[in-house]
Amino acid sequence: MAQQSTLMGFVHRRRRGAELFLLVLALAVGIGAYAAVGIGVQGEVPPDILGYGGWLAGLVIGAHVVIRLVAPYADPVLLPVVAALNGLGLAVIHRIDLAREAIDRPHGFAQQQLIWMTLGVGLFVVTLLAIRDHRVLQRFTYTSGLAAIVLLLLPILPGIGRTINGAQIWIRLGPFSFQPGEVAKVLLVIAFAGYLVLHRDALALAGRRVLFVDLPRGRDLGPILAMWLVSLGILVFQHDLGSSLLFFGLFLIMLYVATERPGWLIVGGLMFVGGATLAYFLFGHVRIRFDIWQHPFDFYTAEQGGKSFQPVEAKFGMGWGGLIGRGFGNGDPNRVPYAESDFIVSSIGEELGLTAVMAVLMMYGLIVERALRTSLICRDAFGKLVAVGLASVFAIQVFVVVGGVTGLIPLTGLTTPFLSYGGSSLVANWVIIALLLRISDQARRPLPTISDDTAAFSAEETQIVRAVSA
Amino acid sequence: MSELTLFLIRVAYLAILWIFVLSAISVIRSDMFGARVPEAARTGGGKAPKPPKQPKPGKRRTVPTHVLVTEGSNVGERADLSAGPVLIGRGSDAAIRLDDDYVSTRHARIAASGDQWFVEDLGSTNGTFVGTVRISQPTTITMGTQVRVGKTILELRK
Repeated sequence: MAQQSTLMGFVHRRRRGAELFLLVLALAVGIGAYAAVGIGVQGEVPPDILGYGGWLAGLVIGAHVVIRLVAPYADPVLLPVVAALNGLGLAVIHRIDLAREAIDRPHGFAQQQLIWMTLGVGLFVVTLLAIRDHRVLQRFTYTSGLAAIVLLLLPILPGIGRTINGAQIWIRLGPFSFQPGEVAKVLLVIAFAGYLVLHRDALALAGRRVLFVDLPRGRDLGPILAMWLVSLGILVFQHDLGSSLLFFGLFLIMLYVATERPGWLIVGGLMFVGGATLAYFLFGHVRIRFDIWQHPFDFYTAEQGGKSFQPVEAKFGMGWGGLIGRGFGNGDPNRVPYAESDFIVSSIGEELGLTAVMAVLMMYGLIVERALRTSLICRDAFGKLVAVGLASVFAIQVFVVVGGVTGLIPLTGLTTPFLSYGGSSLVANWVIIALLLRISDQARRPLPTISDDTAAFSAEETQIVRAVSA
Repeated sequence: MSELTLFLIRVAYLAILWIFVLSAISVIRSDMFGARVPEAARTGGGKAPKPPKQPKPGKRRTVPTHVLVTEGSNVGERADLSAGPVLIGRGSDAAIRLDDDYVSTRHARIAASGDQWFVEDLGSTNGTFVGTVRISQPTTITMGTQVRVGKTILELRK
C-alpha cells in the first residue's frame, strides 16, 4: 500500500485522443479480418462489409463517447484491445461458419455473436453510467456472494438446467441458453474484495503460527472460506473443471494480495496438488483428461475411442499453420470440433499462424497489465482488490484455455475471453472491462488536495467558532 | 485470386495486427514517461507540501510521529505512526479508541504513502472531515491539519 510514492509524482492525462487512434486501428484489425476472410474463402470482399463495419464502428465509437462523457480519465488502452480481440473473434467465427456452410451444416454463429456483442457493449455502457463510483459495490459484498452461489446453483435445478457435453453449467431461458457461472465470477470478485478489505488486517495479524504459516482465526477466514468452498463444490459437482480452477486461483491470488503473506501461495499450492491427486483417483473424467494430455495419440482414432480427436486435430492445425499460417480460407479449422468456442486459438494458429497467436497473447497480456497497473495506482483498497481480482480472472482464464489447447497443461473447458463464441462469457467480459475502466478513471483522476491555505484557513475558522462558543 | 495476392493479404493482415499491438504499447509507454509532473511536486522535490506555518515555522520538513486527539472526550490520546496504518473508531481493534457516539466502529484510517500522509474514510456513518470538507476519498493531510470524526478532532504531530 505504501509504494505509491513514485506513482503519485505526476498527474495522469486523459488520453482520450490516443484511445480514439487505437480504436481506429482496432477497427482495422476487426474489419480487415472480415474482409480477408471474404477474399480468402469466397474470392471477393464480402458485399455486406460496409454494413458490418459500420455496425462494429458504431458500437466501439459509441462506447468511446460514453467513456469520454462519464469516465474521462479512464485507461486508454483497454477498450481498443478488447475491441480488436472481439473483432478478430467475430471474423474467425464467421470463417468457421463459412466452412460449415460449404459442407451443408450451416450455423450462424457469427451473427449470434454480433448480437451478443451488441448486448455486451450495451451492458458496458449501462455499467459505466450506473456505477459512478466503484466503492458503491462494496455495500453489496454479501449480496453478491449470495447471488453468485445462487447463479451457480441454477443449472442444477431440473426445470431450467441443461447438460451439454457432460457439463451441467447451462440454463435455458426461452430461446437463449446462458452460462450463469460467467456472471458469478464477477460477483465473486466483488464479494471477495469487499470481505477482504474489511478483514485483511485481522487475517494477516491475528491468529496462530503453524509451521511456516500464520493461520488466521476461524471467525475471520470462515465466511470467505465457506463462500469459496460452496462455489468450488458446486462446480466440481457440475463437472466444470475449468471454472473450478479459475475460482481456486482467483481466491488464492486475492487472499495473497490482501494479506501480503506468501505463505498462502504455499498452502494453496499444496491444496491444489492434493485436490488434483484426489480428483485424479476419484473422477473418471479427470483421469481421462490427464491421460489424454500425457498420451494424446493413444486415444486418437475411432477404435481407440476418439477421445483425443479434438486436441490432436487442434495440434495438427497449429502445426500446419506454422509461423505465418495458411491464410484465411486455405486452412481446415472446422476439422476440430468446437473450433468456434474452446478451440478458437487453434483456428487462429492454423490460418494466421504463430505470429497472430503471439499478437493475441500480447493483447491479453496488455489487458492484464493495465488492470494490475490500475490496481497499483488505485487509492482505495477495495478498488485495488477488485482490479487485481479481475486481472487474475483474465490471466487464469487465458492460461488455462490456451495452455489446454496447446498441450501445456491438461485440457479443461473455458472460453477464451472476447474471442470465443459464447454469449454469457462475452457479455460478462464487457462488464468486467467497464468495471476496470471505472476503477482506472477513479485512480487516474488528479488527487483533490486540500491545499495549505485551505487547511490553515479552516483551522483559523474553527478557532473563531471555538472562541465564540467559549 | 492468385496465390501471391492471398499471400500479400495474409502478411498485410499480420502486419496490421502487430501495428495495433505495438501502438498500444507505445501509448502505454507515453502514458508512463510523457505524463505531466505538477509544478508543486517538481519544485518541492517530491516532498510533501509544506506544513502550515502555525505550529513551528522553523522546522518545516519534519516527519510526523504520532496522531493526537486534540478535542473531544478522549483529548490527549495518541497513537504511534511508525507501527503502520492507524485505525480510528469505536471498535476494540482501533489504534485510537474513541468514546464518541458519533464515531463508527471502524471510522477512518490514517496511512502513509511515500512521505505523504493520507486519511481515508472507511464508510463511516457520519463521515470524516478534513478542515470543513467531508472527504470521499483518501486525502493528503499534513502536520496540524485538523481531521474531524464525530465530535473528535485529531491532528498529526511531531
